[in-house]
Amino acid sequence: MTAAIRVKNLVKTYRGKPPVAAVRGINFQIEVGQCYGVLGPNGAGKTTTIEILEGLLAATSGEVEVLGLNWSDHADAIRQRIGVSLQETRLSERLSVGETLQLFRSFYPTGIDADEAMRRVSLEAKKSAWVKTLSGGQKQRLAVATALVGDPELIFLDEPTTGLDPSSRRQMWEIIESFGRHEKTVLLTTHYMEEAERLCDRVAIFDEGKIIAEGTPAELIRSLGAEHVIDFTIDRDTNDFRDEAILSIPTVEKMEQDGGLFHLTVGQPHVVLPELISSLASQGISLSSLTTRHASLEDVFVSLTGKHLLEPA
Amino acid sequence: MHPIVAITIARLKEFIRRPESVFWVYLFPVLMVGVLGVAFRNPAAETYDVDIIESEAAESMLTHFSSLPQLKPRIVSEEEARARLRTGKTLLVISATSASLQDEDFELEFLLDPTRPGSLSARNLVDDHLQRELGRIDVFASRDETFAEPGGRYVDFLVPGLLAMGLMGGGLWGVGFAIVDMRIRKLLKRLMATPMKRSHFLMGMMASRLVFMIPQIAILLLFSYWMFGVKIFGNPFSLALVVLVGAIEFSVIGLLVAARAQTLESVSGLMNMVMLPMYTLCGIFFSYERFPEIVHPLIRMLPLTPLIDALRAIMLDGDSIFTLGPELLVMGFWCVVPFALAMVVFRWND
Repeated sequence: MTAAIRVKNLVKTYRGKPPVAAVRGINFQIEVGQCYGVLGPNGAGKTTTIEILEGLLAATSGEVEVLGLNWSDHADAIRQRIGVSLQETRLSERLSVGETLQLFRSFYPTGIDADEAMRRVSLEAKKSAWVKTLSGGQKQRLAVATALVGDPELIFLDEPTTGLDPSSRRQMWEIIESFGRHEKTVLLTTHYMEEAERLCDRVAIFDEGKIIAEGTPAELIRSLGAEHVIDFTIDRDTNDFRDEAILSIPTVEKMEQDGGLFHLTVGQPHVVLPELISSLASQGISLSSLTTRHASLEDVFVSLTGKHLLEPA
Repeated sequence: MHPIVAITIARLKEFIRRPESVFWVYLFPVLMVGVLGVAFRNPAAETYDVDIIESEAAESMLTHFSSLPQLKPRIVSEEEARARLRTGKTLLVISATSASLQDEDFELEFLLDPTRPGSLSARNLVDDHLQRELGRIDVFASRDETFAEPGGRYVDFLVPGLLAMGLMGGGLWGVGFAIVDMRIRKLLKRLMATPMKRSHFLMGMMASRLVFMIPQIAILLLFSYWMFGVKIFGNPFSLALVVLVGAIEFSVIGLLVAARAQTLESVSGLMNMVMLPMYTLCGIFFSYERFPEIVHPLIRMLPLTPLIDALRAIMLDGDSIFTLGPELLVMGFWCVVPFALAMVVFRWND
């Protein structure tokens, strides 16, 4: 397989006092036809990385290859073959959806017509509506449509669902899934782990300018050593609690405490649960809540960094 | 569609869909001509308020003045007269030295501020009239004929100034402000991620500005002609050419103003820094000849002055464009240098 994107030792330091090291030496590769997710909290370097790949920012050092070409010699050729949706572009409010797409279409020597682009993001009904009348989800779909008019081989989507309500988000997911059927390569950034799990063939987890884990979502979850999580709370002060007994239960990989909530990463919940309850009972503790679930990329992130992806604002 | 055409059409649509910008660009200059043209029209008969200080002679002066319709005399105390002069309610204070006009040693004393418009005229009118009434014989007869032909009135002077002001505002708002707005909305960055050429973008922005300008100029000229009979004495093609160069000049200055600004506050500040001095210095509303002669060469180097001078020369004096070399040279300088500078410092991607 050929690589759509190749990144080697990429570093970006913003000048300033003090200088800000946004990206600190990252390497990854995206194969043609893949949907690749860049996952990480705000400030992890996701947008900086994607904007370097889009040719909007210059790297401080390192190598970047897009569709086998480099930005310094082939900027125009690359731009004709990629489609971009930035975070927070405000398109002209007093142009209609159709007019906006015709304007963007005029910049590409080849591509699909505005009507086809509208169809691909289900905005046909809004063809003559002004941009200012669109909902948040519709505006975001229009932003994606502007990335499609040049019929790109590679599509960059920077946080395409941030701020959208759940139904708009699902609609956007269906659109992104349809790119895969057209054999497009997609690079998307997100801080929603379920989005990455659902859409992406491979995921790179960014934190503080570095890639701290990379692989398919299944591989990353398997790297936890156990694929289930038991979350529970107890009916008394957590300081009284001794954890050796719990950690010795078969298939328990680890236990993390997050305020009053305990996360137990386990291989086989049906083995752990009876033992957990009896172990707590022998200490005179009873459970006040208990849930079990599959491990997610969020758990991977928490176990790697001790932080949550979505820090409360 | 060619990108330049597509950008131009998109800009034009955005412009006409924004009623407030249509008002400022098209109707506001017309209102200015209407209001200022009426306010400063050549008065049919100017009247003068004059105060006579209370005395026995005052009443008899008043009867002599009754045959002067343009004079509005009133008798007041000396104290009140001085207060009225100070606050501009009267133009002239007259006091008599003796009780009767027939006295041998009768003298008039005038109190006035000679720099105040109308004061000297009022003084001369009063003096002449009383001298004649009391027996002075003129050496020869003279009579006045009023001249108010189009071309010499304040409104004729004003219209070229407002045309130039419109071109300045249009370039700075239509190009400068518009680009900063696009930068703030990250639309400029978004466009930079497409294969769009920077030159096409700039040409589209300029072309749309030049298209808005045609109705702007036409409406102002037609209104001035219809309302005040303002005429173009020179060649209309020369006028069109100067207007075109002026529009390009201020679009380019708008481009430079927008080159780095990242907030609406900073671009507004820069635009005011450019426009405010020129509003007063360059002769939109009054001739820059009123400033000390030593600064005239400097004023003539500002971007707006040669445009106004050239428009007035063509519209009022009927000059040919071939006599306007120095003006066109200065305007050419302001087209080329800011453009080159803007291209060096322009922020495209952030």
